Amino acid sequence: MKKYVVMLVLLLSPVLAAEELFMVRSQLSFPEAMTVLQQAIRENGYQVSRVQRIDIGLTRSGYKTDKYRVVFFGKLQEIRKISDQYPELVAYLPLKIAIFAENDETILLSSSFKHLRPFYSSVDLLASFSHWETDIQTILERVRIEE
Amino acid sequence: MLIHIPVILGAVVATLVAQTALAEAANGALLYQRNCAVCHGIKGDGGVGIPLNLKDFLAVASDNYLRATLREGRPGRVMPAFPGLSSGQVSAIIGHLRSWSDTEGPTYPAETLNGQPERGKTLFASHCAACHGDKGQGGVGTGVTFSRPRDAPVEAPALDNPGFQASVSDAMLKATLLRGREGTPMPSIGTLGLDERDADDLVTYLRQLNTATKPEETAAGLEPVIQFESSYDLEQTLENLKQAVVGRNFRVIREQYFEQGLAAAGEENPRRIMLYFCNFAFLDEALAIDPRVGLFLPCRITLVETEQGVQVMSINPKNLSQLFNNQALDKACQQMHDLYEEIMEEATL
Repeated sequence: MKKYVVMLVLLLSPVLAAEELFMVRSQLSFPEAMTVLQQAIRENGYQVSRVQRIDIGLTRSGYKTDKYRVVFFGKLQEIRKISDQYPELVAYLPLKIAIFAENDETILLSSSFKHLRPFYSSVDLLASFSHWETDIQTILERVRIEE
Repeated sequence: MLIHIPVILGAVVATLVAQTALAEAANGALLYQRNCAVCHGIKGDGGVGIPLNLKDFLAVASDNYLRATLREGRPGRVMPAFPGLSSGQVSAIIGHLRSWSDTEGPTYPAETLNGQPERGKTLFASHCAACHGDKGQGGVGTGVTFSRPRDAPVEAPALDNPGFQASVSDAMLKATLLRGREGTPMPSIGTLGLDERDADDLVTYLRQLNTATKPEETAAGLEPVIQFESSYDLEQTLENLKQAVVGRNFRVIREQYFEQGLAAAGEENPRRIMLYFCNFAFLDEALAIDPRVGLFLPCRITLVETEQGVQVMSINPKNLSQLFNNQALDKACQQMHDLYEEIMEEATL
């Protein structure tokens, strides 16, 4: 029964468009959006492994930029399992969401796994791609609707 | 009873999906927020995409143009096509755009204008090419935040784009030329001393621009990972990589275990290491081309030691770039791909 309920929820989810890039605009300021993003990542069962500050290096090198970070996250056991089975996929792991300020608002984006699918046939791996896509979109939607 | 659960839920799902589609078609604002606002701004002020709420734009853009634009997108210029939207949903989005203006969208005749293209070419070179490019290829880059000053609301559109050419009518092009677009650098051609005849010549010339786009590489030709097998052990390979990176004007910004931040300190697999590096001038250029390049950042090569030896790998930027619909980014990704290969080859052979 539970799996049918999950299917129902997924089918009706507003964020499940067949997109290649997942992008949302949040009306929150950058610091607020960053806080909600990390909270949403944790709420979906993931752990933030690192926040890379892209803007800091640019500014220190004399370039003008706005706030720009990349948030890496994952689930240790899942990432260990997949990287053991498919060592080349470590290049795409942990998962990441880029977040940057645009005026008083914030843009967040991540990618689907559409570009990887043609190279893999394992049902388990393709299922992992799908559930990562669902989780990423859920996380992004959570930030988008936060006021 | 359990046998019927999938059937009942299927019917419920079908009904709810149909109701959702109907409700969405009626809610252009919601559809706009989900599909358009991220680039064009919540109120249509622009951002990564052009501003849509400008009075002159809405006065000149026909519903047919907007509809075709949503269907065709702008190949290679960031704006995607939206084949998944129903015609009702497209109409609802257009209705939402119209709510920003007190005038209705115009309708245009389908006739082709018959001006003098050679004269139009000369006029284009004198009055338009400075912004739209000598071949109508448009301004470089996108994104308010990174590629242009905040007071510049729009990069000049690519007039040679096949999506644009398929969407716009001759009459709408002419109306745009005559009216100009207040709030952007686009003037009315009247202020430049040109008249309707000049507009006809310009439109006829614009229709002759080369709209050919490069053939898309298939995914099969773009392996997702660039990978080399090292002739050295893990430590020596890492050292070689650092030297190769620095030798190409990149700065090593960090090395860490692959599992760092996920596994408890001391419990990470020490035979999987990530090397982060950056060339800030290159990064600055890349952000100007497309502010979404964060998904490629920072530059990183990962080392994995297996029983077979040491593997060195990175994402293939050319593969990832396929998702961005940005030809300018494709070129930068080709450059980055070549750099990754050079660095890894030098470090491993």
